[in-house]
Amino acid sequence: MKGLRNYLNKIKPRFEQGGRLHAFRSVFEGFESFLFVPHTTARTGTNIHDAIDSKRIMSLVVIALLPALLFGMYNVGYQHFTHAAAFTQTPLTAGFWEMFLYGFLAVLPKIVVSYVVGLGIEFVVAQWKGEEIQEGFLVSGMLIPMIVPVDCPLWTLAIATAFAVIFAKEVFGGTGMNVFNVALVTRAFLFFAYPTKMSGESVWVSTDSICGLGHTVDGMTAATSLGIASTAKAADAYPAFSWDMVTGLIPGSIGETSVIAILIGAVILLWTGVASWRTMLSVFVGGAVVAGLFNVSGIDTAMAHMPWYEHLCLGGFCFGAVFMATDPVTSARTETGKYVYGFLIGAMAIVIRVLNPGYPEGMMLAILLMNVFAPLIDYCVVQSNISRRMKRVSTK
Amino acid sequence: MSQLFSKKNKEALTSPIGMNNPVTVQVLGICSALAVTAKLEPAIVMGLSVTVITAFSNVIISLLRHTIPNRIRIIVQLVVVAALVTIVSEILKAYAYDVSVQLSVYVGLIITNCILMGRLEAFAMTNAPWPSFLDGIGNGLGYALILIVVGFLRELLGSGAILGHSVIPQAFYDAGYLNNGLMLMPPMALIILACIIWWQRSRHKELQDK
Repeated sequence: MKGLRNYLNKIKPRFEQGGRLHAFRSVFEGFESFLFVPHTTARTGTNIHDAIDSKRIMSLVVIALLPALLFGMYNVGYQHFTHAAAFTQTPLTAGFWEMFLYGFLAVLPKIVVSYVVGLGIEFVVAQWKGEEIQEGFLVSGMLIPMIVPVDCPLWTLAIATAFAVIFAKEVFGGTGMNVFNVALVTRAFLFFAYPTKMSGESVWVSTDSICGLGHTVDGMTAATSLGIASTAKAADAYPAFSWDMVTGLIPGSIGETSVIAILIGAVILLWTGVASWRTMLSVFVGGAVVAGLFNVSGIDTAMAHMPWYEHLCLGGFCFGAVFMATDPVTSARTETGKYVYGFLIGAMAIVIRVLNPGYPEGMMLAILLMNVFAPLIDYCVVQSNISRRMKRVSTK
Repeated sequence: MSQLFSKKNKEALTSPIGMNNPVTVQVLGICSALAVTAKLEPAIVMGLSVTVITAFSNVIISLLRHTIPNRIRIIVQLVVVAALVTIVSEILKAYAYDVSVQLSVYVGLIITNCILMGRLEAFAMTNAPWPSFLDGIGNGLGYALILIVVGFLRELLGSGAILGHSVIPQAFYDAGYLNNGLMLMPPMALIILACIIWWQRSRHKELQDK
């Protein structure tokens, strides 16, 4: 560590005003503050300084994402080997590590592409504006590969990431200024631009061998549980609830299948105080209430008849509730507003699932929709608080 | 002849194409720019239709400008525009039926295009017929230019074609290239339009809002 510090100190003058590499100062700055805690402090006024800063918050979220990511890697391998064995009618021979390695090799390029494209744009923009590089993309870059199907092509992922970082983040002013969740804008772009690679039956299970691992199986398909329910003809033809839906051994987007791994992440986020339990809880309550209402409503589709607890386990519901809805930038900021915001996300997600046959999964659109309304919710909460206190003053 | 293309007249013709573009600078006619630009062909036809209608309605209103009572001028303008729109619509139906089906109601809705009423009010009511004609042509072409750029990009990226002919080689599709479905939806037209406005305003400081 000391050697690294000395090396950075040695090359620092080159990046300062008048130095040869001054043009790359924000790149140097970014790496330096990523490796070491910056020791610059405010020079004016009295400031109370907490140990937590946005860099540390981002790191905590990334740590909270790890269980879901690691499980997602294993599940990619598990789905590939079990489906290939069933499809070719050969016995399943792969063990745990082979499955995990296969999934690791399948997911790693997506993580690399998402970070390289996203951070690349951040670096260029920071350089262009002459600002410091902002840490905001650390989390988005990890979220993006986790909410796409395993067969989503890398080049579409790169285009979508670039689109989201430029049009959902940088044009609004960068980290902390975005109206929409950047990772979800990436997914929405992919979903509408390349629907054949984002939904249907052929993208959820990888069909190729990677570095000699796995099998190349043409024509192998597997639908997600929500996909099956949305196309089911009979009202009771939704997939029966099973513990695989909780542990996550079902086809789906890479990081979203396992309820258990996501709940571990939720515990980390709540324990460290990074995410709001109000938002998280109210998303689940909203989803449960609306799904319960549909259960007794008498609408005759499989989606409406699917039990409310199954709705909460399937698709991106848990992932969205824990990692997306609680995004401190795009969610409501007032404590009362968080209840309303979360409840409406859960409710909208189920409404979209049940009532719109075009979209078997509604979580993405529900969160993006409520992102728009978050400032309005905050405004109403603040105004009602003001008018309540005004009334208290005037009665005395 | 030199008087026909005096400096002022030339400016009436050329400034709407660039620095005073009705779409990117005055932000008029956005609605139809989003609706008809999914393919290049309807975009071109729409642009030409608006050019013709703007030019001739400008001329007619300019000829009538001294006789129109001020209080009912909007109604008179609407009648003139509506008559021209109907003529263009019928011509399209007769000679370019496919395109007129694609454009559907948007030909009829040229009546409500803000560019038209804007030019009539701002220019034709106070200028002679010939400059008004040039102004109409200029504004129509400025509108058409933006439509064609947006339509070209949307058809190329959204359907892999230009004017209905596939231009992206099959080898690309075999290698995994996909057409971008979002390009065929109106939101993407808005974003392309925003990029054009962004590009133009960052090049010309005088266009930037304070």
